[in-house]
Amino acid sequence: MSKKPKIALYWCASCGGCEEAVVDLAEDILQVVEKAEIVFWPVAMDFKRKDVENLKDGEILVSFINGAVRTSEQEEMVKLLRKKSKIVIAFGSCAYTGGIPGLANSYSKEEIMNYYYKEGITVFNPEDKKPTPQYIEKNLSFEIPEFYERVYALDQVIDVDYYIPGCAPTRNVVKNSIFTLFSGNLPPKGSVLGASSKALCNECPLNDTKPEKITLKEFKRIDKNQPEKDKCLLIQGFACLGPVTRGGCEALCVKASYPCTGCFGPLDGIEDYGAKALSFLASLIDSKDEGEIENIINEWMPNPLGIVYKYSLPKSLIFETKNKKNGG
Amino acid sequence: MKDNNFEPKLLGIFCNWCTYLAADLAGVSRMDYPANLRIVRTMCSGRIDPQFILWAFRNGADGVLIGGCHPGDCHYIEGNYKTLRRYKFLKRILKEMGINEKRLRLEWISASEGEKLQRVVKEFVEEIKKLGPISNDDAFKKVLTSTKGGKK
Repeated sequence: MSKKPKIALYWCASCGGCEEAVVDLAEDILQVVEKAEIVFWPVAMDFKRKDVENLKDGEILVSFINGAVRTSEQEEMVKLLRKKSKIVIAFGSCAYTGGIPGLANSYSKEEIMNYYYKEGITVFNPEDKKPTPQYIEKNLSFEIPEFYERVYALDQVIDVDYYIPGCAPTRNVVKNSIFTLFSGNLPPKGSVLGASSKALCNECPLNDTKPEKITLKEFKRIDKNQPEKDKCLLIQGFACLGPVTRGGCEALCVKASYPCTGCFGPLDGIEDYGAKALSFLASLIDSKDEGEIENIINEWMPNPLGIVYKYSLPKSLIFETKNKKNGG
Repeated sequence: MKDNNFEPKLLGIFCNWCTYLAADLAGVSRMDYPANLRIVRTMCSGRIDPQFILWAFRNGADGVLIGGCHPGDCHYIEGNYKTLRRYKFLKRILKEMGINEKRLRLEWISASEGEKLQRVVKEFVEEIKKLGPISNDDAFKKVLTSTKGGKK
């Protein structure tokens, strides 16, 4: 048996981008493998659930878990990994704050099932079949994982030690946080690893062009307008969420002329990212007239929830569950 | 859960210079209004972070009343306009989250308008009584079903 520390990687409700971020380490991953033994990584290597079950409790040093929790299978797996690991890390936006899958919390399970098995324009389902946890045919019974009423961020289901933000976490963030872990110099529990504690604007190359006060008569949508280069996106009217978002990504999106959508999550001290983003965007509006304010908001945003809560709806104060450890 | 004896819990967040003084005036003038309202004072309605309002709803407030100075009268010049913008924005968000937007109300009430305060609070209590407890709202059904029998 090797004496190297064991690590596990697992995904829940996610797009796979976070796994890709690990692969993106390229040759640096060799340094990781040199220092650690991967005992579970369903995306890349052939391990079974039994392999994890056979480990002793706490035998895994670190489990990196990405994706939000939506089904009973995901809940069981993360609880199992929690039991077997010393440190659990919520890897990426979905695990950290619920992510894009979390936007489903504004619909009921019934609405979602109806859309995907009945009303969606490409759906062909004349027998009106829907997935059920148990399915019996010809005396055979099958079980599929249960689809929960809502989406959970990882720390609403299990105890989480550290967070790595990003959708997906950038290469440097992943690298820095992994090496922080191996260095043994661990920050206090609950810290965000690898990222900055200052707002994104702080590291944005366009920050110098940002005036002290910004007022806007209209918000522009990035899908319909081409931003000027080398000029703060916010003063051009694009809703860049840099001022309320944690830095650490080196302003990658802004460098590509795309406004920040907030994937690195809230700054320290903010409890509800969406409420804070809303507060900041609303105060930029340059109007004192009720009707005009409404127009500016309505014209610009067919879906305001998807703008301010793009990555964090399950962690909104409204959906936050108090009793975290017992699965919410 | 339609309860006829339902007494809503309302939170009032009032600006120090206008609406809070109106409540004070209503008090010293012995104008009575329903006791459902608990008041918090902020120096300006512009100080009201949308997080406060979400926090209130999450912790059982059935309605939140924001009170600020009339347009043009803000002690800090523009604070109440910021309140107005945030309020409009927040209303839309609440609706999409599954909270009845009528549970949030903004009123401009000056220091001399004790009567208006009395009327607004009475109206608001009646309105929220019709809506019922906040736990009836869609957003909370999700939270509650998930906090009770494990996530089912």
